[in-house]
Amino acid sequence: MNFEFTQEQVMLRDSVARFIQDDYSFDERQRIAQSDTAMSAEHWSTFAELGWLSIPFAEEHGGFGGSAVDVMLVMEQLGRGLVLEPYLATTLLFGGLLQNGGSAALQAEYIPQIIEGKCQGAFAYLERQSRYELADVLTSASAVDGGYRLDGEKVVVFNGANADHVIVSARTSGQQSEESGISLFLLSMNSPGVEKLGYRMMDGQLVANLVMKSVVVPAANRVGELDQGFALMQAVVMQATMAVAAEALGIMEQLNAKTLEYTRTRKQFGVTIGSFQALQHRMVDTFMACEQTRSLLYRAVCALTDGNEDPAATVHALKVMVDRAGKLVFGEAIQLHGGMGITDELDIGHYAKRLMMINTTFGNGDFHQARFNALRYNTYNE
Amino acid sequence: MDISFTPEDLAFRDEVRAFFAESYDAELQSRLASHEPQVFKQAVVEWQKRLHTKGWIAPDWPVEYGGTGWSATWQFIYETERGLAGVRNVVPFGLKMVGHVIYTFGTQAQKDRFLPAILASDEWWCQGYSEPGSGSDLASLKTRAVRDGDDYVVTGAKIWTTYAHLADWIFCLVRTSTEGKKQEGISFLLIDMKSPGVKVNPIASIDNYHSLNEVEFNDVRVPVANRIGEQDKGWTYAKALLAHERTAIAEVADSKRGLSHIRQLAAAEVNGGKSLMADPIFQSRVSDIEIELMALEFTELRVLAAVASGGTPGAESSLLKIKGTELQQAVQALAMEVAAYYQGVLPNALTAEQLGHSFGSKARQSFMYGRAATIYGGSNEVQKNIIAKAVLGL
Repeated sequence: MNFEFTQEQVMLRDSVARFIQDDYSFDERQRIAQSDTAMSAEHWSTFAELGWLSIPFAEEHGGFGGSAVDVMLVMEQLGRGLVLEPYLATTLLFGGLLQNGGSAALQAEYIPQIIEGKCQGAFAYLERQSRYELADVLTSASAVDGGYRLDGEKVVVFNGANADHVIVSARTSGQQSEESGISLFLLSMNSPGVEKLGYRMMDGQLVANLVMKSVVVPAANRVGELDQGFALMQAVVMQATMAVAAEALGIMEQLNAKTLEYTRTRKQFGVTIGSFQALQHRMVDTFMACEQTRSLLYRAVCALTDGNEDPAATVHALKVMVDRAGKLVFGEAIQLHGGMGITDELDIGHYAKRLMMINTTFGNGDFHQARFNALRYNTYNE
Repeated sequence: MDISFTPEDLAFRDEVRAFFAESYDAELQSRLASHEPQVFKQAVVEWQKRLHTKGWIAPDWPVEYGGTGWSATWQFIYETERGLAGVRNVVPFGLKMVGHVIYTFGTQAQKDRFLPAILASDEWWCQGYSEPGSGSDLASLKTRAVRDGDDYVVTGAKIWTTYAHLADWIFCLVRTSTEGKKQEGISFLLIDMKSPGVKVNPIASIDNYHSLNEVEFNDVRVPVANRIGEQDKGWTYAKALLAHERTAIAEVADSKRGLSHIRQLAAAEVNGGKSLMADPIFQSRVSDIEIELMALEFTELRVLAAVASGGTPGAESSLLKIKGTELQQAVQALAMEVAAYYQGVLPNALTAEQLGHSFGSKARQSFMYGRAATIYGGSNEVQKNIIAKAVLGL
């Protein structure tokens, strides 16, 4: 039993940390957030050069063949830096679906481009009515000569505005919320019939809604088996849920560190406010919330890696905790910063908004708790 | 990062499981549940002797003093299996507390005199820390020990002393000096409960039973040879013990067992025509606790792994104490919800047949006595002060 990281993993973590320290100040982050693309092509090239974009991919495609531990380490640091570049959308979602279910031809075409930083990808799975239910898919794909015709609308597509290619979930058979009958298709954003509406979210990221009208996709662009796309996207989303939890933990620890620093310097009634026991105990609560989140994150990573326990239940539990702990941590961070915590100038509120968006990504705490309950206690439901 | 068990680990787990299944038998368990103090004590001694014979009585002691020398992983496996099997923890005062102080800070003569009887459960210990006027502010303690030849003469009182009425020895913090900082004039004494001048006064607690006491010392003579370490340095030894104690009182596996018991009970309770366990609100009450326990189990592993690689349990043990006891109480509170109005029925008010319900009284007893967990071992508020200072640097 050990919780140590390998030398290679420590070097990876430190390289991301060093990039943020040297090149990704909060001012730089805000400059990028306000730019047209809400990401920096220059930084993305750096990610490629430093090998971060190759982590989840198999060595046969030029990847690093990394594990969930590697992904966790990178995402935690990206969280600390409040990094906007679409590591989640391009590398973990778009790339993850290709790595886990793409045909050899699709993998050979796209994975090397992702690794080189030359392809921006997205995964379009949310619809107006779907809330957090991955299987709730109305977008339709009907077989036509040589391929499929897609019709429907996808919303809040991460990196949708910048992506060159997108993987779309669509119904090839079955009813609206059935798990069976969903298939995944890779298409170019420039395909005739794709209309894109880009917009910004409160955490600075640029997303898009996609309207597809009679978009024709070649049969070779189907990712995974016909009608069996749900299991593929569920597996990739589970990995990605762990990844955003790691990002959230990085944010939470940053919020705690910044709050602690503030209470050490801010004086009221002639003393630093960190000397007040009422505030000390609240900071201990947020510290413990982070430690508990870190423990569950490690537990989920172990479950995803060695399969000693059901990874699904563990990831559900983790996302519940990220919800609860995250709200506690950002709430206290704003409160303890007083009036300053309310200002847009300070980074605290921006960290809070990213945590809030992570909470809604792949399902909030209540959603995951219901799933956890179903997995653990469904035998009592007869 | 790797927490997977090796084949040797799994074989060990099976051995532990098999031993508990065979040795912690139903007959013994019924005597352990007795409210008759001597029957209870005899049963505990018998169980601990079985562990001693097996060589497992002191999983966290070094081999040279009679411990198992197990790795952190094996200690974790053992503790987990113990909790899941519902096997009671050993009485902590000798094995989890003063034993560590004696083998760490004691003289050879003290080790030879006391350790074998602790391991064999031939002598019972209790803990003399708190006083009527010194609770969370432990260092303000006033029980005096005045040197007189080869003895100290001890005068004062200790309180909240669990099992003092069953104990042969008490380890005490006493004041040997009033000079300087209050922490600096404290000494650590081992006192024979049969000494003239020791008086035990029972304290009835809100669980309707007797486990707590006040212990008076009226000019009790204690040989200087029974002092641990140096005079006036007792606070150092006491602090080392407290960190150890806190790590031990998280009892994650026991809470897991408690929660799984609640699931069984709730599954059998019919609520509006449905099993209570099928009620989504109740399910979330269970998972609120289960999720925190899943995390705490790994927090404990992380602390164990850190200790195994040469660290000492420091402020992390405070975190384990706070979260562990909060979750124990959450489990106890949920059991009360399952018991519904039966939680209020006093023991012996009805026969089992008249009552027709088995766990309400037990749930209340655990719940009421369980209030102590966030108070003893240094109250949870004191633990937060420790974390604020030692970890957050405030």
